[in-house]
Formats: sequence, C-alpha cells, structure tokens
Amino acid sequence: MSHYPPDATWHEMERGGIIPQAGNAVEYEVGGWRNEHPVRDDECCIDCLFCWVYCPDNAVHVKDESVKGLGFSAQHCKGCAICAQVCPKDCITMAPGGDFDENADRPEEA
Amino acid sequence: MGTQTALEGNEAVAEAMRQINPDVVAAYPITPSTEIVQNFAQFVADGAVDTNFVAVESEHSAMSACLAAAVAGGRVMNATSANGLALMWEILYIVPSLRQPVILSVVNRALSGNINIHCDHSDTMGARDSGWVQLYAEDVQEAYDNLIQAVAIGEREEVRLPVMNCLDGFLLSHSYELLQVEDDQAVREWIGPYQAINPMLDIDNPLTFGPLDLYDYYFEHKRSQMEAYPPAKEAIIAEGKRFGETFGREYGLFEGVMLDDAELVVIAMGSTCGTLRDVVHAARADGVKAGMLKLRAFRPFPAEELAEALSGASAIAVLDRAASFGAHAGPLYAEITAALYSYGQQIPVNNYIYGLGGREILPDDLATCFEDLAGIAESGQPSEPVSFLGLRE
Repeated sequence: MSHYPPDATWHEMERGGIIPQAGNAVEYEVGGWRNEHPVRDDECCIDCLFCWVYCPDNAVHVKDESVKGLGFSAQHCKGCAICAQVCPKDCITMAPGGDFDENADRPEEA
Repeated sequence: MGTQTALEGNEAVAEAMRQINPDVVAAYPITPSTEIVQNFAQFVADGAVDTNFVAVESEHSAMSACLAAAVAGGRVMNATSANGLALMWEILYIVPSLRQPVILSVVNRALSGNINIHCDHSDTMGARDSGWVQLYAEDVQEAYDNLIQAVAIGEREEVRLPVMNCLDGFLLSHSYELLQVEDDQAVREWIGPYQAINPMLDIDNPLTFGPLDLYDYYFEHKRSQMEAYPPAKEAIIAEGKRFGETFGREYGLFEGVMLDDAELVVIAMGSTCGTLRDVVHAARADGVKAGMLKLRAFRPFPAEELAEALSGASAIAVLDRAASFGAHAGPLYAEITAALYSYGQQIPVNNYIYGLGGREILPDDLATCFEDLAGIAESGQPSEPVSFLGLRE
C-alpha cells in the first residue's frame, strides 16, 4: 500500500479501502513467505510459457517470449509451486529452502 | 399522479425495480422472495427495462456478481430470503467495505433448522453487523416506498452504502394490499441518474480494489468505514422528508403512535406494527396511556433519537421476532436497552420473543404486553427478562 505513508491515520484512508493507483502489487513483496523454491531445467523447457501465465505473482521472468535462461523474482516468488504443477514437461521442480541460487533472480530481465 | 392498485408485496417490490430500471440484477430464487426476481425477469424478457439480468448458480455468486457490477460502475439490485442471505454472508461484508450502494430486498424468513419458509427476522438480524443499512416495512406500501428511498439513501455521496429493504415473508410478500404506485417518470426523476464514484470501467483512471490489507492499514480502513453511518442516518431522515414532499408519504428513522404522552410503550418492527396500532388504539379507548414505537431503521441504529423519544415512558416492551442464541435477550431488546443506558434513561424494559417461524401474533397477545407493562410501571422492575408471545408453555 505504497500510496499510504506508514503513519497514515484513518482520516487519510481512501473511500472503500481502494489504492488510487494500479499495478502496485510489484511493491508488495511476498518472497519472505517462501520455504521452497522452483528450479527449471532449461534443457527440457519448450518455452510454452505456462509457468509465466499461471504464476499468481508475476515472479517468472520472460524476455522475447522466452523464459529459458531467466530466473524467478526472489522478491515475489512465494514458493507456491503452481509453476511446477502446470509445467507440461515436468521441467520445474521445487527445491528445499527459500534461497534461490545466486543467478536465479534476475529482476532486470523482467 | 400515480395509480391506486392492489399488489402482493413481492409484486410491489418488482414494480419499484421496474421503475428504477437498474443496470444489473443478479439473483438466485428462494422462497418467499422468488416472485420478485420472477416478475422482474418477465420485465426483462418483455423489454420493459434495460437491465442486464444475470442468472447465477447460487446466492454467493449472486452477491458476488452484484458487487462486481457495482464496482464496475452500475446501479445494482437483488432479492433474497433467509438461507439465501446466509449463503451471501462472505460478500455481504465486502459490499459496504467497498462502499457500494447495492440494494437488496430481503423477504424475511426463518433460518434453518428445522427448515421453515415462514416469517421471522432471524435472517436480517444475523446480518446486522455486516454494514448494510436496514429498513423494515410495516405494509406493502412501505415495502414499495422503502425500495425507492433505499436508492436515494444509499447513493448519497457522503453515504455510499448498501441498503436492505426488509419485508415480512408471506405476511407482506404474498398478501395483496391496496397501495399507491407512483408514475414511472416521477419515480425516475425522484431517484435521479446514477453517478458512480471511482468506477472500475473508467480505464483511463485505473485503481486497485480490495487489496490485501493486514495489520498495517485494515484497522484504519474499518474506522473510516464507520464514518458513513451517521450521514446514513441523516440521509434516511432527509430522503424520507423529500419523499413526503413529492409523494405525500413522509418517513423517518421510526414512527410513534400515541407516543408523545404514552406511559406504556411497545416497540416492534415489520408487519406486527399493523396489529399493534389497533391494540394501542383499543387500549387508549380503555383509558390506558398506551403508545407504540415502530422502528423503521435498524441500521444505522438511532440510539440517541430513540432514548429521547422514549424518555417520557414509565415502562417499555420490546418485541423481538428473532432469538439470539446464547444472548441474555433478543437482539432488538439488547440494542434498545443499551441505547437507554447510554443516554441515561433508567426505564424498566420487558422483552418478548414472538412469531418465530411464522407463528401468528394476535391482538390478544399484544394486549398482554400492555397488561404486563401496567404492572411493571408500578413496581419499577421488569417482570422477567424474557418471555414469549404465542408459545405453548
């Protein structure tokens, strides 16, 4: 809720609890919820983009209609495993622990 | 200048909906409110309204679709009863949280179990904390008039809250009564065109609705929602007065009958007030200083106004057409006595639970209230906290 300063009083709330801006979920980081993380085998991946479409948090990086070689957003992946579930080639597995490998998160590619 | 006609309560509500011509109606049928939606669907099929009628698969979906249509920017209506209202529960709370003036006609019916289709107020009493404005009708005319006023009350800029138009199942919904149906054009002019605030379909100004709202801001949002209810109370008074100026029938938060000099006062809501009027007049003819208070607006609850109006009474009876299981008394009694206490009135109050599941309430039952009140006015103590009218004991 970046629109509201942290010390905003109830007088400053917008009617109906709205946030008067769109696309602000990027500022809400749920990465801290993650206790396992997705790992994609790029050799197996056919770039169907199902993982990108189904990710509820836009945490799958894509560039030029391809996810190969790109990672996941450590700030927004909450480890829900939907990407692994929907992958038609079973290329994505969930690895224990919340920490991605160092190169997995490449937010500049988002 | 309108038409005098005989209609069932459900037909009168559907007629008001036709005149209001809402943008969206999403509904799922349930006894005894089915005819409202059935008749309105016929208006849609006949091209008598411009409404987008959405037939959904449950009441949960009905209220979800109504909320979505309201957030999109439409004037939205719906009707239900009892278990249907219960299935809407989750969304009931979200509609006022998002400050959407959806209108819901609730034909009051007992909640299961055991299963029962007849009148009591257990359905809407259960929804009393959900944030909806609640108006209760005494007769078919009021059910018609309240629905039209509900639009104006809920849509006021400073209010923007959903409104329940409550009418007693079968007693009003399926009873033919003579009423005044106003001209279509007069009704449409009286309510005026709908002006959505922050409609989601305004794609040039995108907003975020219903986001995750945890311990950091939720409390502030709920406190700001509370600010809508004092203006809602003012709106009920102002629109009731304006309705009277246009159509000749004025309304307020409540109505007193022989109340000004009454010593013994009975308080009730809904169709029972029609019976109570006769009993009050009969008691007056017998020299009893009897009066009645018909509560029209249960939410927002007019605590201060009620305490003031009741200040001259020496004994009060509160009639509850619902039980509040595990509570010490019925829900209306709890609110009335809390209001009296809060505003410094020390008046003995009896509570009567009556009419559950459609059990008849007769003039003789109500007459016993005044007999009891005469006794407690002398002693200064309620005879017993809760008693029952029309129960085989």
